[in-house]
Amino acid sequence: MEIILDVTDLHIEFHDHDLPETVVEDFDLMLGKGEIVGIVGESGSGKSMSALAIAGLLNRHSMEKTGKIMFNGDNLLTCDRNKLRTYQGDEISIIFQEPMTSLNPVKRIGWQVEESLFIHHPEISKADRKKRAIRMLSSVGLDNAEDVYNMYPHELSGGMRQRVMIASAMIGNPQILIADEPTTALDVTVQAQIVELLKKLNREMGTSIIFISHDLSLVRQLCQRVIVMQKGKIVESGNTENVFKNPKDIYTKKLIAAIPKIDIGD
Amino acid sequence: MKDFLKKLKKNPYLIAGLIITGLILLLVIVGLFWMPYEPTKMSASEKLQGISVKHIMGTDNMGRDVFSRVMYGSRITLLIAIGTVLIGAGVGTVIGALTGFYGGFLDEVIMRVIDALFAFPSILLALVIVSVFGTGWSQLLLSLGIAFVPSFARIVRGEVLRVKSMDYIESAKLQGASDFRMIFVHILPNIKNVLASSVLIGFNNAVLAEAGLSYLGVGSQPPFASLGKMLSDSQQYMFTVPSICLCPGIVIVLMVLGFSFLGEGIRRWK
Amino acid sequence: MKYIIKKFFSMIVTLVVVSFCVFLAFNVIPGDPALRKLGTEASQELIEQTRQQMGLNDPLLVRYARWFASFLHGDMGTSFNYNVPVSGMILNKIPITLTMAVMSFLLTVLISIPLGITTAKHENGLLDRTITVTNQIVMAIPPFFSGILITFIFGMIFKFFTPGGFVSYTDDVVGFIRYLIFPSIAIALPKIAMTVKMLRSSLLDEAEKDYTRTAYSRGNNTNGVLYRHVLKNAMIPVITFLGMLLADMVAGSIVIEQVFSIPGISRILLTSISNRDYPVVQAIIMGIAAIVIVINLLVDIIYRIIDPRIEIAE
Repeated sequence: MEIILDVTDLHIEFHDHDLPETVVEDFDLMLGKGEIVGIVGESGSGKSMSALAIAGLLNRHSMEKTGKIMFNGDNLLTCDRNKLRTYQGDEISIIFQEPMTSLNPVKRIGWQVEESLFIHHPEISKADRKKRAIRMLSSVGLDNAEDVYNMYPHELSGGMRQRVMIASAMIGNPQILIADEPTTALDVTVQAQIVELLKKLNREMGTSIIFISHDLSLVRQLCQRVIVMQKGKIVESGNTENVFKNPKDIYTKKLIAAIPKIDIGD
Repeated sequence: MKDFLKKLKKNPYLIAGLIITGLILLLVIVGLFWMPYEPTKMSASEKLQGISVKHIMGTDNMGRDVFSRVMYGSRITLLIAIGTVLIGAGVGTVIGALTGFYGGFLDEVIMRVIDALFAFPSILLALVIVSVFGTGWSQLLLSLGIAFVPSFARIVRGEVLRVKSMDYIESAKLQGASDFRMIFVHILPNIKNVLASSVLIGFNNAVLAEAGLSYLGVGSQPPFASLGKMLSDSQQYMFTVPSICLCPGIVIVLMVLGFSFLGEGIRRWK
Repeated sequence: MKYIIKKFFSMIVTLVVVSFCVFLAFNVIPGDPALRKLGTEASQELIEQTRQQMGLNDPLLVRYARWFASFLHGDMGTSFNYNVPVSGMILNKIPITLTMAVMSFLLTVLISIPLGITTAKHENGLLDRTITVTNQIVMAIPPFFSGILITFIFGMIFKFFTPGGFVSYTDDVVGFIRYLIFPSIAIALPKIAMTVKMLRSSLLDEAEKDYTRTAYSRGNNTNGVLYRHVLKNAMIPVITFLGMLLADMVAGSIVIEQVFSIPGISRILLTSISNRDYPVVQAIIMGIAAIVIVINLLVDIIYRIIDPRIEIAE
């Protein structure tokens, strides 16, 4: 399998207080083309920080990032900001936990879905952009895509907004989609639909997905491989079924034991 | 104490605010007991003099000592500003607290009027009242006070509505606290921070409004000094004796600046 | 559309409330207009007759309705002192006051928006800190004092304009505008400082919101995030504020007209106040109130255009 993203020795340290605070330590991740990898761990385990770093969105003044995030021959941690921006939204996309606030409240849905095309492919005409946006909106399962195109975020439910976020992330047909707890803020039924949608997009468009969650049952449904994190470190990783059936680390065992029985039955 | 000084050092706004406000207060307090000259005493032989040892801010077109007049005028401006804020905040708080607490039809009606008045520039409102009740410093105080009621009423009403729905207020209600007790013991103490910062802003607006209205000649009447009136009287001598116009102007600016620096300093305190 | 109609009706209500307050203030509190007109030595019968003629014996609400209706028709009453129609005294002065208010408003918008964006972009930089302190100082200078300083510096020393040399718009429009530039600056200065402060903090608040992270994730650079995403959101509270400022500027021009000896509304208003010429004062106050209320309606409409959430919130 072709490796498209190679993260080695990622180390993130915040310098907000007198003592530096390490949030991610010795993080490694290899992502193959078309693969879905899950990262699980409780809040504060550093999973979201790693994801933001890969997406190039961790840019605070008081922090230190070391290690390597290799993509397309560039180290995303050290490369030129302009170079990084050519990947963001075009080759590497991200969706977030809070669909209610992640969309701009005063811009129409269509405008927001198209934006990365507008930024990265100015050669595409306005009419074509709109056509692609509407096609994308219907392929994320929004039936009335033409209407949604002209709506504002407040007119949609949380689940619909997350679908819009996915459409806007996927419109440039990126190589990598990072999904940072995309279902946490949603109802259980909607959660399952979103997971199915990600599966479908992965199958049809060949996009590799990094799926971050604290919900192990969702990870088990979706991911071929899983990484378990605790306190900024990777405690266990490997094939999802192997990890679930035969956990080696105590923390992983605890996490698996904590899954409610109903979910395992799925 | 050491900690306090250390924090103070990091807060230039507070230092500047304390110094400037201190100077103005000194000017006013000293003026209560001693002024170099009688502020209304005219002298035909000493008209329109520049800065000198005898008259440190010069003399005006009637030969009156500008420094003494500034001392007296600052006192009047300060008193009117304090009075304005007291009336505005007092009446505004009562209206805001009652309408916010009880709601209903009366709230609807009063807030419509308050909203309409709020949209209305306060200097105009004051002019309406002055034109009905006549000119003079007590009319000025009354009119500015009334003009400042709407903004306080709106702020307090909004805060009361916010605090009212909080859990502990609900529980005080369940314990059978009277309405009076609810408003004055449970609700109002909770909004004192918001009220304090609006008082500070209100004070500055009051100083500026008082100065503006006296500049227009509807405040303290001659021969009594007021900073705004001194400016309008001396404006035409700006080119010949700048000090008699600049001095009262700068005192107004410092009065407002001192308080706004204090406010900014308190906001950044920590 | 429903929203605009609703706002329009609420404007009418406000107009009625304000006009009634103004009417009350000038018709209930200050003595008997008939007595004023005739003097204290007039006979009781003559006074009663005049009262009848002036309609002063009708119920308050009737008098109010009559006054309001004739006001809408452009009849603003007759001046006590000059015995001429008030409309003739003030209508040709309104363009002066309005031009000045609009000019200072344009100055405020044109200067404070770029300045606010710059300070927010370079938060805590040298430029930002300099502008923040300058803002505090400028806000503390009353417009009439800055007006005097401007007259002194730009009028007397640099001779950019002739103090007191006002030119009417009926004679020379260019000269009229040129004379009003410096007064407008004096009105605008503190407003610019306030708007910069407001816009800066609004921009910084919005920059913390989740949607800016989404915007960055699509490959926007700082300017893209700022101009395509944050600015429109940050302008929402600023627009309300600017609306209040415009209303304030109409009122603020009263003082500035005095400083620069401009024969606008202000001079008539002040003379009428000291002469207790109530019909004139009443008409001017009502006129300015109407302008202020219409401005508020416009702000509400702009609001609706810029913020799609409003209809839901209502």
